Amino acid sequence: MSSESTPAPTPGAPGASSPSDPPVLTGSGAILASLEKLGVTDVFGLPGGAIMPFYDELMASTAIRHILVRHEQGAGHAAEGYAAASGRLGVCIATSGPGATNLVTAIADAHMDSVPLLAITGQVFSTSMGTDAFQEVDITGITMPITKHSFLVTKPEDIPGVLAAAVHIATSGRPGPVLVDVTKDAQQKSAPFIWPPKVELPGYRPVTKAHGKQIQAAAQLLVEARKPVLYVGGGVIRSGAHRELLAFAEATGAPVVTTLMARGAFPDSHRQNLGMPGMHGTVPAVLSLQESDLLVAIGSRFDDRVTGKVSEFAPHAKVIHIDIDPAEIGKIRHADVPIVGDAREVLLDLLPAFQAAAKEQAPDYADWWKRLETLRSQYPLGYTDDPDDGLLAPQWVIEKIGELSGPEAVYAAGVGQHQMWAAQFIKYERPGSWLNSGGAGTMGYAVPAAMGAKVAQPERLVWAIDGDGCFQMTNQELATCTINDIPIKVAVINNSSLGMVRQWQTLFYDGRHSFTDLETGSKSADEQTRMVPDFVKMADAYGALGIRVTKPEEVEPAIKLAMETNDRPVVIDFIVSRDAMVWPMVPQGVGNSSVQYARDHAPDWHEE
Amino acid sequence: MTYHVLSLLVEDKPGLLTRVAGLFARRGFNIRSLAVGTTEVEGLSRITVVVEVEGLPLEQITKQLNKLINVLKIVELDPASSVQREHMLIKVRVDNATRSQILEATNLFRARVVDVATDSLVIEVTGDTAKVEALLRVLEPYGIKEIAQSGLLAIGRGSKSISERVLKN
Repeated sequence: MSSESTPAPTPGAPGASSPSDPPVLTGSGAILASLEKLGVTDVFGLPGGAIMPFYDELMASTAIRHILVRHEQGAGHAAEGYAAASGRLGVCIATSGPGATNLVTAIADAHMDSVPLLAITGQVFSTSMGTDAFQEVDITGITMPITKHSFLVTKPEDIPGVLAAAVHIATSGRPGPVLVDVTKDAQQKSAPFIWPPKVELPGYRPVTKAHGKQIQAAAQLLVEARKPVLYVGGGVIRSGAHRELLAFAEATGAPVVTTLMARGAFPDSHRQNLGMPGMHGTVPAVLSLQESDLLVAIGSRFDDRVTGKVSEFAPHAKVIHIDIDPAEIGKIRHADVPIVGDAREVLLDLLPAFQAAAKEQAPDYADWWKRLETLRSQYPLGYTDDPDDGLLAPQWVIEKIGELSGPEAVYAAGVGQHQMWAAQFIKYERPGSWLNSGGAGTMGYAVPAAMGAKVAQPERLVWAIDGDGCFQMTNQELATCTINDIPIKVAVINNSSLGMVRQWQTLFYDGRHSFTDLETGSKSADEQTRMVPDFVKMADAYGALGIRVTKPEEVEPAIKLAMETNDRPVVIDFIVSRDAMVWPMVPQGVGNSSVQYARDHAPDWHEE
Repeated sequence: MTYHVLSLLVEDKPGLLTRVAGLFARRGFNIRSLAVGTTEVEGLSRITVVVEVEGLPLEQITKQLNKLINVLKIVELDPASSVQREHMLIKVRVDNATRSQILEATNLFRARVVDVATDSLVIEVTGDTAKVEALLRVLEPYGIKEIAQSGLLAIGRGSKSISERVLKN
C-alpha cells in the first residue's frame, strides 16, 4: 500500500490485520489512505495554504498520480472528462477561498450532466472560520445548490467516513458532484484510522429496480403504439446500459434518438438511429418526436433544448419515463408510465416483458418507418462545403477529424457551434467517446476534459474539438499536458468569433454582431484579422506542436500529423468561415414543428 | 393559492436548514411558515413547513426535498387527519376603558394574558390558523403594538408516528 509518512507509528497498512489497533494517522494521511482504499488512482489539483498538509502527504504517494493543473477550473473539468470517458469517479483538489471558487463552474457542470465527481477543498482552521480569515469562503454553502451533497469536516476522525460516504453518493444513483471541505486543523491533527468506516446515510437510498407493474404497463403501451420513439438520454451512458439498450431497441424495432448527452449510447451506424433531437437535431429525430404516439424516455430529462416550447412538444405522445431520479419524472412532462430505476436494470426487465406482450399482440411500426425513411432521405444532415468567403467549411473539417480518427477515439467539445457540428458530423459508436458540457454549456470544457480523458484512457486518441472563444478560456492546461506527457490533440475551429452568439445575432438581431468578433482568424480568404493570440505561436510557447490550416488540401495531412505526434500535445488552428451556421435549427421559444432545415427552409411534414 | 403542510424528518446536521430553505428559494417555491425543533429521537429534527402551491409543483417539491441526503422522510399533513397549531404573542394597547373588553375577548378565545402593564397587555394564544387570525381581528381595533408568531406545528392524528418506519429500516 502507501508509503505515506505520518508522525505516529503505523504498523502495517492502514486498516490491515488488527482492527483492535488501528493506525493513527493525521487527517491528511487519512484523506490519502481513504482515497487509496476507495480505488482512486488519479487526481487533478493545485495546492494552496489550506490544503498544504494534504499535499505534503500526497507527494509521497505511489498509488495516486496527482496532476498539477494551471487553474482549478481545469482540475474540475479534467476530473469530469476523466469520469465521463471511463465511467470512474473523477477527483479534483483545491485550496480554500479562490481555489475552491475556481472549482465552482466545473462542479455546476458536473451537477447538470450527472458526472461522478469528488471535489476536495482545504478550509481555514476551524477556529478561524466565520471570521473572514485569509482565503476563507463558505464553499460548502456556495456549492449547496450545485452538488449532490457537500460536507464540512473539522475533525480528523470523521475523514474516512465522510470520504467513503462522499464517493458512495457521487457514484451511486444518479451520479453527481460531492464536495468535501476539510479544515486545515482537521488535516493536521491525528486520529485512529479505521477502515472500512461506518457509513450511515439513512436518507439516501436510490431506487434502482423498477416496479413490475409499471414494467408491464410500459410493455403494453409499446405493443399498442404505432409511432413509438426511444428518446435516449445521457442516463443510459452513466448507467452503462448501452448493450441493454441495443438489445431492447432491436427487439422492439422502434426508432431511437440520442440526445446531446447520449451521443454514443446507441451506434450512429445503426439503421434505427435517427440522430440527435432538439434545437440542432436532425429533422427526422425532431419530427419523429413531434409525430410520435409514444415516447420511451430512457435517462433523458426533457431539457428545453430538446423539447422547444414544451406545450407543443410531442403533442400526440404518451410518455413512458424511465429515470433513476424520481424528481425528473413529471418535472417537465407528465409521464403516463413513470418508471423509477436504473436504466440498465429497467431495460433488462423491460425486454422480456415486451417480448411476452408482443406474443399476444404483435406491434406494427411499418407505416411509421415508411414515414421516417422519407424524412431521412429528404432531410439528411448537410452543409455548404464551399463558403462564399473562400474559407474552410467548419463542418467538413470536423467531419474529416471524425472520419480519420474513428469511433475508438474520444472527442471532447467546448460549447457553441463547433460543439453542435461535432455532435452532428462525427459518428459515435460507443459510450464515452463523446464528452461535452450539455446542461451547463460551459465554454472552456474541451481542453481540460480531453486532458482528463487522456489520463483515464492513455491508449486512446483524444481530441478536443474547440472553438476559438472556448479555447481562450482554459488553454493554459496545455502546459499541464506538455509537462505531464498527456498528448491530446486540439482542433481549434477558428471562426474568429463567438460563433453561436454571432449566428443568433445574424438570425435574430438583424445581423448586428455585438461584441462577438474575437479577431483570432480571418474575415475571408483574403482578409485576416489581427489574429490575437496567434494560436500556433501559443502552441509553440506551451511546448505543443502548432499547425495552421487554411486550405482544404492541408486538412487531412494536418490531422494525420496530429495523430502521429504523441510526444507532445498538438494544436491545429483551422481557419474556418465565420458565416457558417448550425442547421437544422428550432428557434428558441417556438414548437419543434417549426424546425428549419436551413435558413428560411422548413421541411414538409404532416401537421395533424 | 393553496397551502400545504409538509412535515420533514431530517438528520440534525449543520447547514440542514439552509439546504431546505435554499431548495425552496431556488426552485421558486414560497414558504409561508417554518418551524424547526428536535424530536423524540436523538439526532433527528422535524421541520414543519407550510408551502404555497398548486397540485403538481407540490409533488416536485417533495421529490426535490427527498433528494437532500439529510432528509429522511416527508409527509403531507392534511387538516382533517392532523392536529395543526400556531402560537402567537400579541402586545395590545389597553387603557382603563378597554382593559375589561380585551380580557373578555382573551377568555372567549381561551387565550392567556402573560404580561401586564398600565397601557398594554401581552396575550398568548394557541390554535389553528383560523382561530389565531380571528383573535387578531378582534384585537385589531384596540391597537396591536407588536406580534411574535411561531411557524405552524402539525402532527398526524392516531397512533402512527412519522419516525416509525424510517427507524425500522
